[in-house]
Amino acid sequence: MTTKPPVEDFATDWDHTDPQWVNNPYPIWEELRERCPIAHTHRYGGGWFPTTHEMVSAVANDTVHFTSRQVVVTNNKFPEFAPPAPMGGAPPITSDPPFHQIARRIMLPALAPGPVNALEPQIRELCVQHLDEIAGREFVDAGSEYAQFISPGVISRMLGFPPEDEDRFRDFVHLVLDLVDLPAEERAPLFAPMADYFSRQIDDHLANPRDDFTSYLLGVEVGGSKLAPEHVRGTMVLMLVAGIDTTWSAIGAAIWHLATHPKDLERLVNEPAIMPLAVEEFLRFYAPVTMARMVKEDFEFFGCPMKKDDWLLLGFPAANRDPVAFDDADRFIIDRAVNRHAAFGLGIHRCAGSNLARLELRVAVEEFIKRFTKFELAAGGDVTWAQGQVRGPRQIPLHVLAS
Amino acid sequence: MKVSIDPALCQGQGRCFSIAPAIFDFDDLGNGVVIGDGTLNAESVALARLAQSNCPEHAIFIEES
Ligand code: HEM
Repeated sequence: MTTKPPVEDFATDWDHTDPQWVNNPYPIWEELRERCPIAHTHRYGGGWFPTTHEMVSAVANDTVHFTSRQVVVTNNKFPEFAPPAPMGGAPPITSDPPFHQIARRIMLPALAPGPVNALEPQIRELCVQHLDEIAGREFVDAGSEYAQFISPGVISRMLGFPPEDEDRFRDFVHLVLDLVDLPAEERAPLFAPMADYFSRQIDDHLANPRDDFTSYLLGVEVGGSKLAPEHVRGTMVLMLVAGIDTTWSAIGAAIWHLATHPKDLERLVNEPAIMPLAVEEFLRFYAPVTMARMVKEDFEFFGCPMKKDDWLLLGFPAANRDPVAFDDADRFIIDRAVNRHAAFGLGIHRCAGSNLARLELRVAVEEFIKRFTKFELAAGGDVTWAQGQVRGPRQIPLHVLAS
Repeated sequence: MKVSIDPALCQGQGRCFSIAPAIFDFDDLGNGVVIGDGTLNAESVALARLAQSNCPEHAIFIEES
């Protein structure tokens, strides 16, 4: 473990892995929004953190001054034209226009509402299976015994990977998203097993094509030629990394909320019709995903002197708490009717998996509260929140009061 | 009154066709599209406004007539 000095002032020295931020970032963001509203840090080689909805939206929609070449803040900045430019390591999330659109369009048909909604029965069955395993118990961990299983199951089926490898996926995701603090030379070699794993899956799909997303990517043609192997691998990595932790965090945060807000739980159990509104409010209030950009060239942004290759931490979750953009931004309102949240990002990189993520979140919560109608956090149980750019509770120890 | 979606702004956030499936649908890429010519009646106008106020990309326009 590296030890870093704790943050004393987030306005001049922010660090999204600081324990204060990891445990409860909202008061920090609120203070910065009033004081700055763009915070700066010298950590990670230098970067910025805008806290208002207006600024977050401006960054997300500005591909002239900001690049998506690296979307996870780490101690390692790649040189500008390092291969695999222009796609980046995980297209389309790491690609800029014009390549971005090509890479994105390839994915969209498979993730559009039509094919995604057809997965609902499978997802429900997966949830029910995992609930059957913990049924009838007085104490359950809704994180490690439920939430964390749903999205790997869904994504590994989509990609056509063996279901028994799900534990490995979680390790890969942890490596990409959580271990951002390691020095570059310690972090890089850890990626080898992941690259090997994907190469083996690709070989297997080339030898035995089947009806899944991996075979689809291998077969797709753009302008008369197949995708480069590193494109296929990058997109598969992206599906795992973007599809697993994120949704697991959203499901976990929703259950954590219900465990700590009995009136909301009671209402959702008694009024299932408000579920679609509740889902959007879970997404707004506990938006799990913070992205990053890199500054392309020196320029001034809302009065801040941004320098080429500075990080920009793109806080969609902070935008979602901006009182200028939302009435009662700091209140969770389970049936909020007007909710223009940015949990899935804004602009051209809008989460390609948002239809799937919403479906998983809704079905996972529906089935959970069907099985457990009353629950609270277990006394003395510790809730730990994941550090890094994807935020969600990892353990959610519950005391079941009625099922 | 008429509702329309600006395809240059729509990013497929998917709010409109979930909130008002009688007015909006989605295409093969998951982007929102207006069903028919977008003419609204007394009932549908409120729903169209609700969808508009939930669109994160501000891509929905309602033309008064
Ligand atoms: C609640 C769960 C999820 C949240 C909150 C979330 C959030 C986000 C956000 C904020 C972005 C924008 C990235 C940017 O602006 O740089 C994004 C992009 C993306 N997400 Fe998700 N995501 C979730 C689930 C998923 C799932 C389940 C999948 C996979 C099927 C997925 C696939 C993607 C892809 C492919 C992109 C890149 C799109 C592009 O660059 O054009 N996400 N996600």
